[in-house]
Amino acid sequence: MSLELDSPRTVEVSQRGLTARQAIADRVFRIGLVAATLTFVILIAGLFAELVHGSWESLVAFGPKFLWSSEWNPVTNHFGALPFIYGTVVSSAIAILVAGVVGIAAAVFLAEFAPPAVARPISFFIELLAAVPSVVFGLWGLFVLAPFLGSTVDPFIQRYLGFLPMFSGGIYGIGLLTAGLLLALMIVPTVAAIARDLIQAVPNELREASISLGATRWETVVHVVLPSARAGIVGACVLALGRALGETIAATMVIGNRPAISASLFAPSYTLSSVIANEFTEATSSLYLSALLELGLILFVISFIVNGCARILMWSMLRSQGRRP
Amino acid sequence: MQPAVVAAKDTVPDLVEIALSAQAVSAWYGSKLAIRDINLDFIRNSITALMGPSGCGKTTFLRCLNRIHESALDARTAGKVLLAGTNIYDADVNPVVTRRRIGMVFQRPNPFPTMSILENVTSGPRYTGMTNEPRELADLAEEALRRAALFDEVKDKLRDPALSLSGGQQQRLCIARALAVKPEVLLMDEPTSALDPLSTLKIEELMEHLAADFTVVIVTHNLQQAARVSHFTAFMLGDADRVGSVVEFAPTGEIFTHPKDSRTEDYITGRFG
Repeated sequence: MSLELDSPRTVEVSQRGLTARQAIADRVFRIGLVAATLTFVILIAGLFAELVHGSWESLVAFGPKFLWSSEWNPVTNHFGALPFIYGTVVSSAIAILVAGVVGIAAAVFLAEFAPPAVARPISFFIELLAAVPSVVFGLWGLFVLAPFLGSTVDPFIQRYLGFLPMFSGGIYGIGLLTAGLLLALMIVPTVAAIARDLIQAVPNELREASISLGATRWETVVHVVLPSARAGIVGACVLALGRALGETIAATMVIGNRPAISASLFAPSYTLSSVIANEFTEATSSLYLSALLELGLILFVISFIVNGCARILMWSMLRSQGRRP
Repeated sequence: MQPAVVAAKDTVPDLVEIALSAQAVSAWYGSKLAIRDINLDFIRNSITALMGPSGCGKTTFLRCLNRIHESALDARTAGKVLLAGTNIYDADVNPVVTRRRIGMVFQRPNPFPTMSILENVTSGPRYTGMTNEPRELADLAEEALRRAALFDEVKDKLRDPALSLSGGQQQRLCIARALAVKPEVLLMDEPTSALDPLSTLKIEELMEHLAADFTVVIVTHNLQQAARVSHFTAFMLGDADRVGSVVEFAPTGEIFTHPKDSRTEDYITGRFG
């Protein structure tokens, strides 16, 4: 195809058929599209360069040790990122686990089982939930979710599963688990809405093929529908995970903001984005500011790695179906 | 090629057993009546063609025979369909179990895209709980693929993705998948309409052998196909309100040589449709 277009004869024909105005409009249009697309490349490259530049002082001062040091002391100018990495990764992991299970289950119900009279209004509310501002979630998390978890759910879990380190220790209401669950609530609409669309997009012929073999609707969903949509669903989860990793204000309000690593999910913690937002204005020394920017760089790299892994996963799934990704 | 119908007329035995019997079957989509009051008997180990112009309800009727019609939104059926004497629409008959006895092949090849060739063929036996034993599954798969005239082409690449096959091969894979459940009746909904002539020929050839073990009902709008592959033909037509019904039902040879109804004659002589 492209070979044909490049051959002189075809070019000549296409030029002869165009007026001068059309040719110019065509060119302007193409340049506009390329420019719009290039914006993204420049943005990403510029952002990365600026983060490296800004965190250079910290990169030089602490080296790779920054990644596994737990000390965060503005007074002595010693900084390490580990507690924040831990808080970010664990709270996001809780969020995507809960949101993935609940979101996909809701999507299956809405797409496969609910009558339209039920599915339509619920879908509308799910999309509405995705549009609620983070700070509203944060307020609700602080005044409703955290007290409820701290007084009712956490003690209940601890009574039966307290022998596990992750459910041991003091209960404060705010902490890693609360932050993870609040993040889950914030990203579950994304998972549910996209997964529902993907499940609906699975050709009905596949459902009928499965049903005609004598499979139940449940077997059809598990063996045929979900596998057909799985690459896209993984993509939806990664999109949601990206939001959880970077979510700042809501996490800040319920995670406790203490740079400590504890085995317990009930303990207060801190995330990369929270500490940047909280301490940016009070970063008095240039090394302090540089360390905060390096936290930003780490967040950037984590998001990059997560998206990269998801790409590889989706690619291998599509390839195993004999399709070209 | 010798038309199968000539041979068929000689081989239909005098004493016939009815495998599937539709009695006063009507079907609706919402409030729209699609087919009215259809009565047809399908003889065991015969091939019956449902023939007629587009929109005459032949596919809808076929979909009533394994209760897959009702899986569509707002779809509804009335009447009886007797499978070996039992009405599959009885309240105590489970449609899921019924569909294991009445297999179906669709208009467009629809192999499961996430599964290999082998997994596609064994999906029915695995889901319906026939067996989960790899050895038995492999045997079932080979038998089904042989019946679908596909085994020799895929025996060395059973683990390849089903979508790596050509369209014609995919459709034969779908036939094998339906046969692996060992149904009594096989419903085929225009199985060759999306295929090239060569693939069509292969499927028509394998159909001749299918009748030895199964009762086949095939929907087609292709006159030649009905004439070539079927023992019996039902000619269906929609009325002014696009409600379909059976105009004429007879051995295929009779339908094509001495149609009793003038509308059938018009259709097969190409005066409309």
